[in-house]
Formats: sequence, C-alpha cells, structure tokens
Amino acid sequence: MKKSALIPLAVFAVLVVFLGVGLGLKPREVPSPFIGKPVPQFVLPELMKDGKTISPADLKGQVWMLNVFASWCFACRAEHEVLSAFINAEKIPVVGLNYKDEAEDAKNWLAALGNPYQHIAFDYKGDVGIDYGVYGVPETFVIDKKGIIRHKQIGPVFDETVVDTLLPLVLKLREEKI
Amino acid sequence: MRRFMLSLLCCIAFAGTATVFAEDGAERLTFSSVESEENYNTLVNELRCLVCQNQTIGGSDAGLAKDLRAKVYEMVESGKSRDDVVDYMVARYGDFVLYRPSFQLKTILLWLGPIIFLFLALWLVVRWVRSQAITKKAEPSLSDAQRQQVREMLDQNKG
Repeated sequence: MKKSALIPLAVFAVLVVFLGVGLGLKPREVPSPFIGKPVPQFVLPELMKDGKTISPADLKGQVWMLNVFASWCFACRAEHEVLSAFINAEKIPVVGLNYKDEAEDAKNWLAALGNPYQHIAFDYKGDVGIDYGVYGVPETFVIDKKGIIRHKQIGPVFDETVVDTLLPLVLKLREEKI
Repeated sequence: MRRFMLSLLCCIAFAGTATVFAEDGAERLTFSSVESEENYNTLVNELRCLVCQNQTIGGSDAGLAKDLRAKVYEMVESGKSRDDVVDYMVARYGDFVLYRPSFQLKTILLWLGPIIFLFLALWLVVRWVRSQAITKKAEPSLSDAQRQQVREMLDQNKG
C-alpha cells in the first residue's frame, strides 16, 4: 500500500482526537479571573436582619463561602439540600448573595426550604453580582482566611462537588495560617 | 444548484429577521455626545454575553446582557474610555468576554494559527506542483516506438 493512501486516515485520526477533546470541554464554565484575587468588597443590607449591613470584611480571618442564589433560580432549589447539609456538617460561615430577587420572594423561599446562611446580602439591583462576574446563578466562591478567592463553582453544587472539591479545599484552607 | 441557492436565500432571510428582533430588544438611549454614542455602539457589539455565549451583549435579550448594557452606558456617559470599559469587563468576566481576543502569549495560536496554516498549505501545494513537474520531465509521455505508431495512424487517416 502506498504511503499517501494513509494520509486521509491520519487526518481523520487527528480530527477524532480534536473532536474527542472538544466533547469533554465545558464551554459554559468560563475560567474565573478572580481565583487568587482578593474578594471584591461591598456593603449590602442584610435580608433577614433589618437595618444591618454585611460586608466581606466582617468575615476576615476565617474560611468562608459566598453562594449566589435567588428564588427565581431553579438550579438553586436543586443544590439547596446538598449545600445546606454541607454547611451544617462543616459549620462553614456562608454569605448568601440574594441576586436580583424580591425580598418577599426570597424570604418565602428560605422559609419553605430552610436557611443555611449565616448572613444574606440583599443585592436587589445586581451590581454586586456584576462585581463578582456572576453570569450563571447559582455560583459558589470559596474564600480563604486572608480574604482571597480560592475557588469558584459555576452552577449547582452536587454531592460529588462537595466530596471531590469543596470539602477537601475547605479542610486544606483551614490548615493555612493567616 | 437551485436547491442550494434556495437554502442560502432562506439563511439570509432568517439572519435578517434575527438581527431585527435583537434591535427591538435594545433600549432607547440618549447620549450626551456623538462620541459616547459611537463608543457605546462599538462596545456592546464587542462584548460577549456570557449567558448566551454566541451573542454579544448588544444582541442579547438576557437579563445579564441588559445589566451590562446599562453598565456600559453608565461608564461611557461618565466619560470613561473604550479601554476602561474593556478592562472593567475583563477583570470581572475574564478574556472570554471579548469577541476580539487580545494579543497575548495565551492567544498567540488563535491569532497566528490561520497564517501558519496558510503558509503550510502553500508550501505543500508548491512541493506537490514541483514534484509533478519533475516526474513529467523524467519520463517522456510517449516512447519512440509509440510516436512512430501514432505518426503511422495519422498518415493512414490522411490517405
């Protein structure tokens, strides 16, 4: 057989490799420019505590998470049970960022499903969401003791996410010194 | 061929309706200067909507696209330059937000890839054409005996 007869096969093999790799990529998960950067600051009213405000500075010195959620977001409902179990088991302080939601709707949602959050920042206009580069609610940020974002989870938290990523990361970050 | 032309026409027609819808979704805005209006228009057509990834924020009806358009408007109107707005968006959403990616080490293959492939293709074509020419020269198309045969056949026809 002539060597040149193998060229189409070789081209096909290269194509298969490229397409195969392409199948495994997740174009929805855009790498976040925030990893390794200080958490963006904000001061927002607390949803559940009238007259109080919450800021990331209040949580400095501990490993904490910021979870972007809204009552209109179906995937948030899906992750709520998993996330709550994780938060309660590990006693992690979590700020819920209530993103572009009506206060009344959010309160009803939490009353029905339970409230695992230590604080809830009420981001009615979604400005803070923009500062955090939020584009697919729910999103979860893991922040270390120094206030540096170490991980961003785009989309709902599943059991596997907790076991494979969030839990090991939180345990590791807790060992780190300030 | 006719079928091909027909489907092409359909594509063009549908593409047309799509842009009309997108423009209908946009807000009516008033600008303080022609310059800021131009800035706004280029920017919203250069920034990707991350919710619907193959649309710009100017052409998308998604909630996030609306918010980002408002942000661009606000920044442009407050006298911010094009670069300021681009930096602001990249800091929050990453390089992916740019429809026209910046020229960096990371994106070098993206920019130079097509040129490299073009030269590679040209080189292959040149090589192939040359090898064709050489083989033609090396073996004459007809042997002397065949030439003689042809000549005889032609003569026979004349006669």
